[in-house]
Amino acid sequence: MSASLPDPEILVGQLAAQMRGKLAADAALVGIYTGGAWVAERLQRALGLAPPLGTLAVTLHRDDFNRIGLHREARRSLIPFPVDGREVVLVDDVLYTGRTVRAALNELFDFGRPRAVRLAVLVDRGGHELPVAADFVGARVDVGADEELVLSNEAGKLRLAAVKRPSP
Amino acid sequence: MTLHADSLQVGSDGKLRHLLTTEGLPAETVRRILDTADQFVSVSEREVKKVPLLRGRSVFNVFFESSTRTRTTFEIAAKRLSADVINLNVGVSSTSKGETLLDTVYNLQAMDADMFVVRHAQSGAAHLIARHVKPGVAVINAGDGRHAHPTQGLLDMYTIRHYKKDFSGLAVAIVGDILHSRVARSQIHALKTLGVPDVRVVGPKTLIPADAARMGVSVFHDMQEGIRGCDVVIMLRLQSERMNGALLPSAGEFFKCYGLTAEKLARAKPDAIVMHPGPMNRGVEIDSSVADGRQSVILPQVTFGIAVRMAVMSMLGSPA
Repeated sequence: MSASLPDPEILVGQLAAQMRGKLAADAALVGIYTGGAWVAERLQRALGLAPPLGTLAVTLHRDDFNRIGLHREARRSLIPFPVDGREVVLVDDVLYTGRTVRAALNELFDFGRPRAVRLAVLVDRGGHELPVAADFVGARVDVGADEELVLSNEAGKLRLAAVKRPSP
Repeated sequence: MTLHADSLQVGSDGKLRHLLTTEGLPAETVRRILDTADQFVSVSEREVKKVPLLRGRSVFNVFFESSTRTRTTFEIAAKRLSADVINLNVGVSSTSKGETLLDTVYNLQAMDADMFVVRHAQSGAAHLIARHVKPGVAVINAGDGRHAHPTQGLLDMYTIRHYKKDFSGLAVAIVGDILHSRVARSQIHALKTLGVPDVRVVGPKTLIPADAARMGVSVFHDMQEGIRGCDVVIMLRLQSERMNGALLPSAGEFFKCYGLTAEKLARAKPDAIVMHPGPMNRGVEIDSSVADGRQSVILPQVTFGIAVRMAVMSMLGSPA
């Protein structure tokens, strides 16, 4: 059993405070489905950035297609601004292995060549398997290797929970 | 004609193993293909029109009957999924040297193909191949004789769903040479599976199969009647080789009775869409003013066709 988890709504505020003043004038947020998109929506409101919010579905670039196949997902990436030459801030809920971020970078570059890409995550739980680090981190938390950190959105309220992974 | 494909196409776990015909393909599988295609439509609109799902896999386009257009759309779909694509026009090579169909396939399999896209003039050829390939190797029927052309049928369903949203209240007319059309057969099975209540076939007696009613469609020989009140009008290509025989008097005569003109189209609903699997013969089955008109969705069909073929290939290449 892990220690009590932080309140994600408070973490969003801390994350926004870290980011304020650190982003380029043209910076745009892109949330990774699903949890990252919820966090990005809140950051967008808190930071009041000019460009519209983007969202990324990374299914088509995941590296586990050969093991688990295609998810049935009607979600599509939606990038409502030109990516070329812009600073893009990827937003995700939990940074773990780094594989989702790798897939998100590939997906993002299918839309163009950003000038810079930053990474903002609500929670970094360690256990990275790729050379990926976040520029902005809401909190670092310790979770058991057999547990999964899950962000849920119930009636507009974000909640973090550690869930035991089903044994393979 | 029924070629028993159900267990060959879809495993007991619901996984798509081959795509051979829309006949007997479960509604759930059809919907899943259309939903998956949604994701791929947007891929083709990007600057980089490529995703890595089939990276490292080899797709063999094996065409025993030539067709530049269909082969190209499969090739584009496979390449946008990052597969390696090998095109073989077998019609002019091996078979003319006496090699059997299965020997050709075994040879290609020995070259480590992961997927075969097969077109053949004989009905059932893709089924035969699917029964003999190694486990894990997938076969897509790209047209076999008069029997089936499932990806065309599915892309037509995608197109209808895109414009009409819901299948449950639709009237759909398929017009022309139904008898020789594998496209019509694949459309009819898919339309019935998706619950379209009113499917009509329209054409001269000589070009409508005798057992058409058994497929659950209503038969019309008068086009004005046949397309009255329809939401979707699908024109079929009139194969010119049919016109020399006893089946049809002349192209001009056919156009008079069954060619789609603006005047005839006015009998359908005002928001009816006009479809054609291509290649179309202007002035034979369809008037240019209709083919290029505001109700025509013939070119979107081509675009959606790539996404639907990407969906089928990614599902076949997926382990679950």
